[in-house]
Amino acid sequence: MWEYNDKVIEYYEHPRNTGVIEDADGTGQVGSLVCGDALKLTLKIEDGAIKDARFKTFGCGSAIAAASALTEMIIGKTLAEAEKITNKDIVDFLGGLPVEKMHCSVMGQEALEAAIMDYKGLRREAEEEDTGEIVCNCFGVTDTKIKRVALSNNLHTTEEITNYTKAGGGCGSCLYKIENILDELWQKEGEKRPKEGKMTVVQKIKKIEEVLEEEIRPILRRDGGNIELIDVEDDRVTVRLMGMCQGCNASLLTLKGLVGEKLKELVDPALEVVEDGLR
Amino acid sequence: MAFDNVYLDNNATTRIAPEVLEAMLPYLKDKYGNPSSMYGFGGVLHRDLEAAREKIADLLGCSPPEIVFTSCGSESDNFAVRGLIDAYPEKRHLITTKVEHPAIKNQVPYLRKMGIQVTEIGVDKKGNIDLNELKAAITNETLLISCMFANNETGVLFPVQKIGKIAREHGVFFHTDAVQAIGKIPIDLSKLPADLLSFSGHKFHTPKGIGGLFIRRGLKIKPFIIGGHQERSRRGGTENMPYIIGMGRAAELAKQNIIEENTRVLKLRDKLETGILKCIEHTEINGDPSNRVPNTTNIGIYFIEGEALLLALDKHHIAASTGSACASGSLQPSHVLRAMGVPFTSIHGSLRFSLSIYNTEEEIDYVLDVLPGIVDRLRELSPFHSLEDIRAFGT
Repeated sequence: MWEYNDKVIEYYEHPRNTGVIEDADGTGQVGSLVCGDALKLTLKIEDGAIKDARFKTFGCGSAIAAASALTEMIIGKTLAEAEKITNKDIVDFLGGLPVEKMHCSVMGQEALEAAIMDYKGLRREAEEEDTGEIVCNCFGVTDTKIKRVALSNNLHTTEEITNYTKAGGGCGSCLYKIENILDELWQKEGEKRPKEGKMTVVQKIKKIEEVLEEEIRPILRRDGGNIELIDVEDDRVTVRLMGMCQGCNASLLTLKGLVGEKLKELVDPALEVVEDGLR
Repeated sequence: MAFDNVYLDNNATTRIAPEVLEAMLPYLKDKYGNPSSMYGFGGVLHRDLEAAREKIADLLGCSPPEIVFTSCGSESDNFAVRGLIDAYPEKRHLITTKVEHPAIKNQVPYLRKMGIQVTEIGVDKKGNIDLNELKAAITNETLLISCMFANNETGVLFPVQKIGKIAREHGVFFHTDAVQAIGKIPIDLSKLPADLLSFSGHKFHTPKGIGGLFIRRGLKIKPFIIGGHQERSRRGGTENMPYIIGMGRAAELAKQNIIEENTRVLKLRDKLETGILKCIEHTEINGDPSNRVPNTTNIGIYFIEGEALLLALDKHHIAASTGSACASGSLQPSHVLRAMGVPFTSIHGSLRFSLSIYNTEEEIDYVLDVLPGIVDRLRELSPFHSLEDIRAFGT
C-alpha cells in the first residue's frame, strides 16, 4: 500500500476544481488509458492570467490529488508565472508523493504546458514528436522527455526515471537505453554519475565538501559540533571533528557511522574516513 | 450498518481460523522440542508431526509420505520445477502458461538463462488454455508441464485432469500450483494424474510461513533446500512444528466443510457479482463465469482506475484488490488480464473480490450499498464516459 500523506488524501477525497470549462481558452490532454493515467485540463484565460482551471482525471489517488493541486496553484497566476511551475512545485505543494508516484506530478506539469500551448495556438504533441525519439515503447516515452525530467529533478538512476516518467517500468527492454541517455546527459552537464567511473580529485573534493555541508554539518551543529575536511588522498578522507564533537566519546561513532556512511553512499563506496591526527 | 473490516481479499491471504490458532499454541509454548530428537520431550512430537501430515494427505487424497512441508507456496513452486530439472538434466524443455503466479512465471527467465527452453501457452478471452496447443508444444525434450490449478486473479479453473492425462500419455511430468484451489474445491490426488502439487497454508486459514509440496511416490526429485534428513531428506531444515500443526488442523476443518461452506461462499460471491453488474453500468466479468473457484470474482469497471477505487473502498473498511498498474508497484497492469486480451480500460479498473467462509451476507449487502456511490464519484472525475471518449482522447 502506498503511503500518502494527509494532504494528498484530502485532495483525493475532496478534489478542488473538478470538471471541464465549456468555452475553455486552453485545453491540455495528456497521458493515456494504456498507461493507466490520463488528465484533461481546461483553462479560462483573461488579460494574460489564468482566471479559472478545471480538471478531469483517469488515474490513481495521487494522480487525482496532483491534478487538483495544480489547479489550485495556477488559478490567479499570470501565464508567465504559470509556465514556470514544474512537477517539483506540485510535489512540494502536496507535501511530497511516494517516489513511485512522481509521474503523477509530471503529468500535471505536462497538461499545464499543453493547455498553455493550446491557448497560444501551438501544438505540443507535434513539437515533441518532431524532436524526440520514443525510448520506452510500453509507455511511449521519448528521450526528450527523459532528459527534461532528469534535468529538472536531478535524476541519475534508471529507477528514478521510471518513477518519474514510467519509462522502463514495462517490459524493461529499454532500461539500457535510459542508462545511456543518463550517462550522456550528465556527462554533458559536467557531472559524472556517482556510481561509476573515476572522478577527478577536484570533483571528488568538491563532492565531499557538498555532502559535509548539506548532510553532515546540520546534524553536528545541533549538538554544537562541526567538521572540517583536511585532506583527500586516493580513497582516504581525513577530517577533523570540532566544537562539541572534539573529544566526545561518540565521535568515533559519528565518524565511522554518520560521516563514513554518507560519503560512501553519496560520493563513492570506496571512501574511508579517518580522523586527523589518528591513524 | 458499519463494519470494521470487510475482508474480501482472501486470494491474498486469509484470516487465521481460531481452531487453528488454538491447535498451534501448545507448540509455541511448552512443546518446543525438536521432533528429530532421541529423547521423549522432542521425539514424541514426531507423532504430532506425522498426524498433521496425515490430515493434509487426507484432504488431498494422497498418502502421507507424499507430502513434504515447505515454507510457502513459492518455495513449493521453485522446489517442484528446479528439483525436477536437477534430477533430469538430459531433458531441456518445459511447458507452462502465460498466466502463472510469479513463483512460476518469474522462474522462466532464470531457466532460459540456464539453457532450458520454455514454452508459455497463452489463454483465450475467458482465461482458458487450448489443450491442442499444449499437446502440440510437447517434444521429446519436454520434461515438465506446469499449469496452475486455479488462477489467483480471475479464479478460472484449469483442466488439470485433462492436462495430467495428456502429460501421462506423452511421458511428461505434470506440476500444478494449487495454492488458490486448496480448501476451496475438492482435490483428489488418487484420481488426478499430477506428479507434483504446490499449496500454501495461509490461503486456507493457517498463518503465513508454511506450505507444502505433494511429490508422487517414486518420483525422482532433488532437494531445493539442501540440509538434514528432515522430510525424508527431500527438504532440509528443522520442521516448523507450530505451523505444520496449524496447517494440519486447517486441512481437517477444510475437509469437514468443503462442500457446504463453499456452496455458501459461492452464493455470496454470485450475489455480489450480479449485484455489481446490475447496479453499475459499463462493468463486465473478467474470466470464465461458469468455470471458477467459488470465492473469486474479477470485475472490470470501465473508465476509472483501480487504485483510486481501492482507496475509496478502504475508507469504508472494505479490502479488495485490483489488476491496475498503479497499485502494483511495477507500473505494469496485470499480466493475467493482459494475456486474456482484456482491454486496458477494463484492466486498470479491474476489481477482484475474493471471499472466504468467514464472510457474511450483511457484508456483501454493505459492499453493494457503498460501491455504486464510489464508482459514480470517480466516474464524475474521469474524462472518459464512453469508449468514444477514449478514442477521441487519442492515446
